[in-house]
Amino acid sequence: MKALKKLMDKARPSFEEGGRLHAFRSVYDGIDTFLFTPNETSRSGVHIHDSMDSKRTMIIVIVALIPCLLFGMYNAGYQHWLAAGASVFPFWELMLYGFLAVLPRLVVAYVVGLGIEFIVAQWRKEEIQEGFLVTGILIPMICPIETPLWMIAVATAFSVIFVKEVFGGTGYNIFNVALVTRAFLFFAYPAQMSGDKVFVASGNILGLGGDVDGLTCATPLGQVATSGASDAAGVASAMTDIAGDPVSLWHMFLGLIPGSFGETSTLCILIGALILLFTGIASWRIILSVFAGGAAMALIANWCATPTYPASFLTVGEQLCLGGFAFAAVFMAPDPVTSCRTNTGKYIYGFLVGVVAILIRTYNNGYPEGAMLAVLLMNALAPLIDYCVVEANVRRRLARAKTAK
Amino acid sequence: MSIGIKVKKGLDIQLAGGIANGTSPSECRCATVAIVPDDFTGLVPKMELKEGETVKAGQPIFHSKLDERLKVTSPVSGTIKAVVRGERRKILRVVIEQGGGEPTKISTDGILSDKKAARAAMLASGLWAMLRQRPYDIVPAADTRFRDIFVTGFDSAPLAWNPASFSQEEIKTLKAGAKLLSLLTDGKVYVSRRAGSSLPDIDGAEMVDVEGPHPASNAGTVIAAINPVNKGETVGCLDLATLRRIGVLALTGSVDFSTTVAVTGSEVKTPRLVETVIGAEMSAILQNDITDDGRKKRVISGNVLTGVAVGEEGYLRFPYRQVTVIPEGDDADEFMGWASLSPRKQSTSPTFPGYFLRRKLFKPDARLLGGRRAMIMSGEYDKVFPMDILPEYLIKAILAKDIDRMEQLGIYEVAPEDFALAEYVDTSKLELQKIVREGLDYLRKELS
Repeated sequence: MKALKKLMDKARPSFEEGGRLHAFRSVYDGIDTFLFTPNETSRSGVHIHDSMDSKRTMIIVIVALIPCLLFGMYNAGYQHWLAAGASVFPFWELMLYGFLAVLPRLVVAYVVGLGIEFIVAQWRKEEIQEGFLVTGILIPMICPIETPLWMIAVATAFSVIFVKEVFGGTGYNIFNVALVTRAFLFFAYPAQMSGDKVFVASGNILGLGGDVDGLTCATPLGQVATSGASDAAGVASAMTDIAGDPVSLWHMFLGLIPGSFGETSTLCILIGALILLFTGIASWRIILSVFAGGAAMALIANWCATPTYPASFLTVGEQLCLGGFAFAAVFMAPDPVTSCRTNTGKYIYGFLVGVVAILIRTYNNGYPEGAMLAVLLMNALAPLIDYCVVEANVRRRLARAKTAK
Repeated sequence: MSIGIKVKKGLDIQLAGGIANGTSPSECRCATVAIVPDDFTGLVPKMELKEGETVKAGQPIFHSKLDERLKVTSPVSGTIKAVVRGERRKILRVVIEQGGGEPTKISTDGILSDKKAARAAMLASGLWAMLRQRPYDIVPAADTRFRDIFVTGFDSAPLAWNPASFSQEEIKTLKAGAKLLSLLTDGKVYVSRRAGSSLPDIDGAEMVDVEGPHPASNAGTVIAAINPVNKGETVGCLDLATLRRIGVLALTGSVDFSTTVAVTGSEVKTPRLVETVIGAEMSAILQNDITDDGRKKRVISGNVLTGVAVGEEGYLRFPYRQVTVIPEGDDADEFMGWASLSPRKQSTSPTFPGYFLRRKLFKPDARLLGGRRAMIMSGEYDKVFPMDILPEYLIKAILAKDIDRMEQLGIYEVAPEDFALAEYVDTSKLELQKIVREGLDYLRKELS
């Protein structure tokens, strides 16, 4: 490590003001603080600090995402093999196929997003911030596997610039950056981003997998929305995998269904949730109340189910396991920057995310998935909820001052 | 009669280098002492003595530019060695060389019965300047009538030392002090103590038994639990050492400037108690008893949360009864510290093994251990902030210089020290105490 430290120290002057490589100062800073904990000591206030910093916070979120990422790779391969009509599923080949399918998307998201962050950090003369480390991995995970690379690049650039940097960077944004990327894709390229062609990888990659062009399979929620089923049995039979077999609740929980890359496995999402809750990084108040809100709304919808809206026949378990609901509850809604900041507000915010997600997905056949829109809508309302909670505190103080007089 | 308070939110930071039970103080003589005007927040000093003049213990060195009655007095007899000035001739410190000579005395006539006499004695002796008020956390104006007075009877800060017992003599003195204080307020005199501690009930004062982690001893915590400060009200705050001094003044007419200092911290070879005077020079207190491993040290007058880094050549600053020495840490090259699983790293986050070592005594250094960021995580401050205040929102209001919002969110109830733990746990490493201090100063300037 000494040699590396020496190398970094030696390189420093050329990146400083007037140095040859000054234009890359933010890149150097980013690498230097990544490799070595800054030696800056406190100049005012407390003399010791907690070892936790925002780098570690972000890394823990990434660690929590890894089970979903790995499962997503397996599932991408599995769905492809299934589509090709295979009866044996070689584990490593499936994993490798999924890995190769997602790798270019990860690379594109990181290169575009981090590139913009480095440029902005250089321009503002600030230290590079680590917020995009999480956003970059989230973007490919919430998009269908067949999303074209150039679309990911355009959408990522749009949301990093217009959702984050124009507001001042990490910690200042109003909307969740990864979700806006997804929403941008959803609204800008509706034909390519939904329906039944994008959720299963079709081409063969480096000789792996078969060529299954033309084969289509929508997500279970998509199938339900377009099924026109008029009772619970009809809805259950509408949900089939590529091979045409019905999808059981257990499959939905495991996640061996078509869907956005990292969102399908409720099991892996729950593992991620455990990591986030154990480390205290995500707010249990939000996660719990999203599930509570979703369950409550699903119950109500199921109770007054109507053939006009086939999705209302889905059971509570199916509603919570399908689509991006669980993923949004665990990884999107608790984003500390865009969610409510007061404890009371977190309960309200989470509950409403859950309710609105199920509401949109059930009562709007045009949008078979409501979790993304629900979180974005509540992002916009979070400051209002917080405002009301803060006002309650203010009123308590005013009332106290009046009785004192 | 006593009131019980349970502090639920807070944090006891376990550090190495505490004082062993049963340690008795050793005498410490020092050649020079220094008084730092900055320690008397809100008081703009005007010198009464010049360099080279002789001074008696208890004689005023400087007074407030705005009110001559507000005086700060010399802790020792001797000569004024230097008046060190900084930018724009601001007085940084007044250094006094110990000589000898009789301390001054103040008349004790009516001091424990007449309100005017009590106030006059407090002001003339310089003990008034040792009081603090809420709001603003400053030296109170000379004719302030306090709603209540809160005496902090113990210290829950990291490595702080609390006396194990009190002699009859001391209790008598404290009682006299409480009696004098009761003449300065229309309300009550509250004295806080650890539930089950050795501090007995003091006649004339309302005892407050506090349980729970730091900041249990902060005046702000106790005030918030009993009767928070509303706009327009002023409460007085002091510690037990000052109460004792007031008692001595009431009984004898002279001021006792002696103080017992706990020398603590991981870099002190033998943590110990030292009997010295206010403003004593650090070198005399430390006596070179610092570990010698070639690394830089940070010498703090006070505790690690609210103290001031003064260096080995510095002086004991007035409000503190503790000295803490920790590694500076700017010479450490830690590789990928954010990924570390070392049990030596202290944290409130379960991602560090150290979190689970509840009894381990840590030796942290002064590094920020991360980059400064915007406020990202929510609810972090709340966990260590025991008042009914929304700390994040108050901090944001202060940063926005929004006076109405600051008032609404309770700025009159807080002092910078109340934010110390929040500053410690903050993953964005923001300078919260500095922000609050500047906010209070701004508010006072705008509203006066």
